Amino acid sequence: MTIPSPSVALRARTSQRLPALILAVVLILLIGFIAYLQSAKRPQMSAAQAIPLGGNQSFDQIERGRYLTVLSDCAGCHTAPGGEPFAGGLTMQTPFGNLITPNITPDRDTGIGNWTDAEFVSSLHEGRGRGGERLYPAMPYTAYTKMTQDDALAIRAYLSTVDPVRKKVVSNQLPFPLNIRASMLAWNFLNFVPGRFQPIPQKSAVWNRGAYIVEGAAHCGTCHTPKNLLGGDKTSAALTGGTLEDWFAPNITGDTRKGIGNWSSDDIAHYLKSGANAWTLASGPMAEAVSHSTSQMTDADIAAIATYLKDRATVQTATSPVTLDANSGVMRAGAAIYEDSCSACHMRSGVGAANLFPRLAGSSLVQSDDATTLIRVVLEGSRAVATAAKPTAPAMPAFDWRFNDTQVAAVVTYIRNAWGNSAAAVSTGTVTNLRTKLQKTRAGGILGRGN
Amino acid sequence: MAKKLPATDVVIIGLGWTGSILAYEMAKAGLNVVAIERGPWRDTASDFPPAFAQDELRYAIRLDLFLRPQQETMTFRNNARQAALPIRNFSGFLPGNGVGGAGIHWNGQTWRFLPTDFRLRSHLEERYGKTMLPADMTIQDWPVSYDELEPYYDKFEKLCGTSGQAGNLRGEKQQGGNPFEGPRSSPYPTPPLKQAYGPKLFADAAIKTGHSPFPQPASNLSETYTNPLGLTMGQCTFCGFCERFGCGNYSKASPQTCVLPALLRLPNFTAQTESEVVRINLDSAGKRATGVTYVDTSGEEWEQPANIVLLCAFSLFNVRLMLLSRIGKPYEPQSGQGVVGRNYAYQTTSGVGVILKDKVLNPFIASGAHGMMIDDYNGDNFDHSGLGFVGGGYMGSGQTNARPIQTHPVPANSPKWGATWKKNVAETYQRAMSLATHGSSYSYRDCWLDLDPTYKDRLGRPLMRMTFDFHENELKMSAYLTDKLAEIARALDPAELNANPRKGPYNATVYQTTHNTGGTVMGADPATSVVNRYCQSWDVHNVFVPGGASVFPQNHGYNPTDTVGALAYWTADAIRQRYLKNPGPLM
Repeated sequence: MTIPSPSVALRARTSQRLPALILAVVLILLIGFIAYLQSAKRPQMSAAQAIPLGGNQSFDQIERGRYLTVLSDCAGCHTAPGGEPFAGGLTMQTPFGNLITPNITPDRDTGIGNWTDAEFVSSLHEGRGRGGERLYPAMPYTAYTKMTQDDALAIRAYLSTVDPVRKKVVSNQLPFPLNIRASMLAWNFLNFVPGRFQPIPQKSAVWNRGAYIVEGAAHCGTCHTPKNLLGGDKTSAALTGGTLEDWFAPNITGDTRKGIGNWSSDDIAHYLKSGANAWTLASGPMAEAVSHSTSQMTDADIAAIATYLKDRATVQTATSPVTLDANSGVMRAGAAIYEDSCSACHMRSGVGAANLFPRLAGSSLVQSDDATTLIRVVLEGSRAVATAAKPTAPAMPAFDWRFNDTQVAAVVTYIRNAWGNSAAAVSTGTVTNLRTKLQKTRAGGILGRGN
Repeated sequence: MAKKLPATDVVIIGLGWTGSILAYEMAKAGLNVVAIERGPWRDTASDFPPAFAQDELRYAIRLDLFLRPQQETMTFRNNARQAALPIRNFSGFLPGNGVGGAGIHWNGQTWRFLPTDFRLRSHLEERYGKTMLPADMTIQDWPVSYDELEPYYDKFEKLCGTSGQAGNLRGEKQQGGNPFEGPRSSPYPTPPLKQAYGPKLFADAAIKTGHSPFPQPASNLSETYTNPLGLTMGQCTFCGFCERFGCGNYSKASPQTCVLPALLRLPNFTAQTESEVVRINLDSAGKRATGVTYVDTSGEEWEQPANIVLLCAFSLFNVRLMLLSRIGKPYEPQSGQGVVGRNYAYQTTSGVGVILKDKVLNPFIASGAHGMMIDDYNGDNFDHSGLGFVGGGYMGSGQTNARPIQTHPVPANSPKWGATWKKNVAETYQRAMSLATHGSSYSYRDCWLDLDPTYKDRLGRPLMRMTFDFHENELKMSAYLTDKLAEIARALDPAELNANPRKGPYNATVYQTTHNTGGTVMGADPATSVVNRYCQSWDVHNVFVPGGASVFPQNHGYNPTDTVGALAYWTADAIRQRYLKNPGPLM
């Protein structure tokens, strides 16, 4: 089984979108070129440069920074599997090309040891690194910008204490002209609103802490918010689900059908802490987020996230499609396949088994408009995350060798419309496309991550 | 010359049930643990996922999960007058291979031995006098009592999530359970499996004939269960692919489902697979083990120094490694002197096949340990006066499988092939029921294991030689038990009944069971045992054999795994609480 790459920004649905992509590139180029002409001289350092130095070597500060790197899941991208902590080297697959995560250990030549605190803070708050260089938004500065300066400095203090690793990483593997970093000036203009998190006084401290984590440090929207053509957040549809690296990160709003409106606060907390609950188990990119980040969060922070997510107003999604006729050919074929190959674990009633086999009946992921994850899991299988609280890590086996695309489409369509579920039918062509893409990425070694 | 690796606290030979339990317990105690396993790494999702786990040809016929004779085999003979020949295809019994060992392919039958089994010789001599036992029978008391082992049985059953109905809870008899079992400190972790029609019919017949049927204790779980290590198992689906198969549904207890995911999280544990330990190394005085030497797949030799060596291989291979490492004095049957290889025993099984009239049994609704059993004729649960034998076994209707390649029952008068045979199979399949007895195999002076003088393995080491046959005591017992079972079966008013008591000689090419026991037996007297009551070698104090069936002084009328698991926990406690504080002989 291969575990795919982690959550990355800059994703959009790439397939069948080539014309749109070209348009986007042209747009970026145009605006970028104008912006470049206007600021041919090196961009000015930001106000962050006025940060008072010193006092950042206390244990409390470093320990706080360590925890903040957990909260922000820095290791998720900056530690390659089997690699030294924070030494980078992880390939991130974006619709625009590949980026390799940089070394953020304190090595002075290949890491960030030579960076000033101001430059470090600027990278989180403004997406600008050493000497004002523009970062690509695969680095989620669009979310980190909400973090306080104190928190940013604490992360810096902690990162200064990790083992320096001498490892040169050439991050920028993008094709021309996107490899011109100044093109991000245009991107930022269109997609980036810098600014610290502003608490809402009417809400409780717990709620505000939850909002700070979800919108800022933990950058949940990086995966769970749909993206525009340029890979920027569609902020009006925040947390309603997004697709990246051929996974669909589900809707985590209060929508009761497509979101997690039926989850209790405890359900959310169990999921984040252990990777499993009565509804589902974390796998794919979320397995990594749980492993590196949420399972290590404090109970208070997890409760704050649950409070915030539960309190968000239900996002109205399109009226649920009419459930498909159970007697239709595709539903009967799907039911037969389900009975033979799925029901032993997921049960005939689709209820699964808590903490072991995900529940399909009433599942938001199953009923999402975008069935990418569901199809993918049937094709390739997937292993749930192992955590200290739930070490089992059960796995769904791959069925790509047993079912053709029509059969996969049938069983997935059945699952999306059985037991009270309702969602659009999945076509054979959709399965074919995903199968082809997955085979390509596997051949390219992307899913193996560092293999 | 072997390359020397950095020393570790504990080295474990074999990563099956006992190896993984000991590894977890030792690593939890803070020791650095290296487990060395001859076979491959095995994982549910990669090696037997439900997408292809139920492949009878691959697993049951071609024996995918089992040891290949070219890895290791043994020679066999029935008695000392014969020349032993190598077993070139495992068929009479099937040793496992790889991480999980026999814990992957077992059926899940999870029985405790009777309290009287643990003091077998004393009990029988007290009840029947000293002349009742045959002179060459070498049974002996265990050095532990049922009461001492009870908490460890309990611990292993909670690890497995065993499904069953208690018959004796802290001395109180419980309705529907085994009335003969020793007192249990707690009920089974999960309720008994639902019973299919065939076992229900048997239970009715057993009650009608004055017996006490109960659901067989099963480590194929009746419901979702999370064990004390935090590992979650699923509900058994009665797919009928247990014995010889790995369970793809996380329903059958195994090292994979019950221990390994938790063990792998411990940073002080290392597994070295596809590496075979060739010997335990001793210091110059031969009093202390210095570690082990193993050979990897490229033939390279490695020395793994360790303070404690835990011999956790399958029972037969524990015995062979002790012999090859020259730990303990090899048993010599003429003089009766020596201990290593002594008291090899097996299991005495038999069957009663019945074909019922007008019944639809759906025998494919099956699970490894599912079934209704009686224990009325086990151990000394019945009066043996005048019967001319000792011992016994449980019996009943276990609906373990009815797979297409191996299951084609026909009436007695049927041709053995052709159109009529096919028609008969089709007509009989739904009505045929296999009842079985699972009898004891007591130990004898002339049943033993030693190194073969002729045949060698691929590394040039002598193969182990087995000398074994059924004795009159066991054959009489089997005849008696099979008669009793047939009597119950007649109450089912069958159209046809075939009683097949076990007959000698023992045939190593016909599958009976993989319950090979003895050879490094535990005991209170170093003259008649290899390990003491803590499963510690009498001769080399830092070598333990923590509960493989090789420590059984004889085999009783039950499947061995529950006792193997209990002894593993018992030994782990002894090492942790006694040995680590004061390394040296514990007795």
